[in-house]
Formats: sequence, C-alpha cells, structure tokens
Amino acid sequence: MAENFGILFQWLIFLGMAFVSIVASLLVITRKNPIHSALFMVLTLLCVAVLYILLYSPFIAIIQVVVYAGAIVMLIVFIIMLLDLEVELRSKMKVVYSKIVGVFLALLFLFGLLYSVVAKPPTGEIGSLTPDRMANNVKTVGESLFTDYVFPFEISAILLTVAIIGAVILSKKRT
Amino acid sequence: MWVVPTIPPALYLILSGILFMIGVIGAITRRNAIVVFICIELMLNAVNLSFITFSRFLQSIDGVIFAFFVMAVAAAEAAVGLAIFVMLYRSRETVNVDEVNLLKW
Repeated sequence: MAENFGILFQWLIFLGMAFVSIVASLLVITRKNPIHSALFMVLTLLCVAVLYILLYSPFIAIIQVVVYAGAIVMLIVFIIMLLDLEVELRSKMKVVYSKIVGVFLALLFLFGLLYSVVAKPPTGEIGSLTPDRMANNVKTVGESLFTDYVFPFEISAILLTVAIIGAVILSKKRT
Repeated sequence: MWVVPTIPPALYLILSGILFMIGVIGAITRRNAIVVFICIELMLNAVNLSFITFSRFLQSIDGVIFAFFVMAVAAAEAAVGLAIFVMLYRSRETVNVDEVNLLKW
C-alpha cells in the first residue's frame, strides 16, 4: 500500500510538471517582449530539472539549475538589457505563409516522433545501473567521466576555452 | 490488490517530443534573433530529457554523460552567439533576422 502511494505521488508530480513545462514553453514562443520569454524559459528549465530528479539523476538536475537557469539565461537577460530592443514588429504578408508552412511541417515532425515512440518500446541492452545505484550518481558519473570518457572531457575543456577567447575577441571594440 | 503502474518511458519521450516541437515552431516563426536563440536552447533541453530517460530505463550511465556534454556545448554556444548578437547590434542597430542578410546572395 505504501508503494502505491509513492507511485501515485510520482504520477502527480510528473503530470503537474509536464503541464507547467508545456504551458511555459508555449508562453516562451508567444510573448512579444523577449525578457518575458527568457523568464518563462527559466520556469520550463526548473520543471525539467524536477523531472530529472524523478528519473533518479540528481546530478544533472543540479547542473541544469546552475548552468542553464543560472548562467545561460542570466547571460541572455543581460544581453537583452544591454541591447535595448524595440518590441517585435508585426510581420508582413509573405512571412505569414512561411509561418503556416513551418508550423505544419513541425506538427508533421511531431507526429513522426510520437508514432516512433508509441509503435515500439525502446530496445537495447539493459545495463547494470539499478535505480538504487543511480540515486547517488554523482560518484558514478565522476568515475565514468574520468575513466571511459576522459578524452571527450578534455575536448570539451578546449571547446570552452576557445569559446571564451572567441567571445572576448568578437565583442572587443574595433580600433 | 490494485497496484498503480509506474510511469512508462513513452510518456517522458512524448513530453520531450512536444517540447522539441514547440522549440522548432518558435525558431521558425519568431523574427527576433534572441528569441530564436532561446528556442534553440529549449530544443537542446528537450533532447537532454530524452537522453536522461533512456539512461534511466536502460540503466546505463552513458545518457547522463551525453547530457553533460550537451550542456557544455550549450554554454559555449551561448557565449559565442551572444557576442555575435552584440557585434550585429553594433553594426546594424537591429537583431531582426529578416533585416540581417549580409551572407545572402
């Protein structure tokens, strides 16, 4: 009986977070003011972080809040405030056709995705990482990152360094 | 006794697909370059959700590692992309993607 209550609680959290994240992401793409879009983006990211905890990945949930909601969206809000953007202008007639075609193609893409998800359950070899071991997965992630994936890890370090240098050079005032 | 079934992985994947599609629609229909950028981040986030779902239900750590690398690439992309927007605004006084056609021929 106690397990039933636990699973019921998981369902409640999942449905609530799914609903809030879909509504917030719809608000992201419909608001005229870009700063409202950025703030609803934070709400979507926090809901997805709660879903990560539900999937037994607390490490990625914390990284999501710190890196995405904390760093990237903060950078976007900062740039919006620096640029002093005007409210988006009403689009012209020829843009409307492209919008209709784009939305239609995106819906077709969604139906393809849904069919491929529902038609067959995910196949693949079941690994050895049970939810009990997954729950304290910071240690597991660290071990895997510094043994099996140490080369991609170094590559991503170089990528971040190059990105920092590129950002500094691009935003430097031309002399 | 009546037993509540656990959440199936298909529901997480469907949610990930819906979020990805909302990001695609936003990136296609919006004309403000910064909002297009936010929509691209939304799409990366949806892909991360499906990575973590597969990692949980196939009981493997690889999905978590890949989500970690996707976040590192997203951070690098944010730094360079926003620097490009600042430079663009300095030279053209706008970030509307319809008016920026320097590379079009």
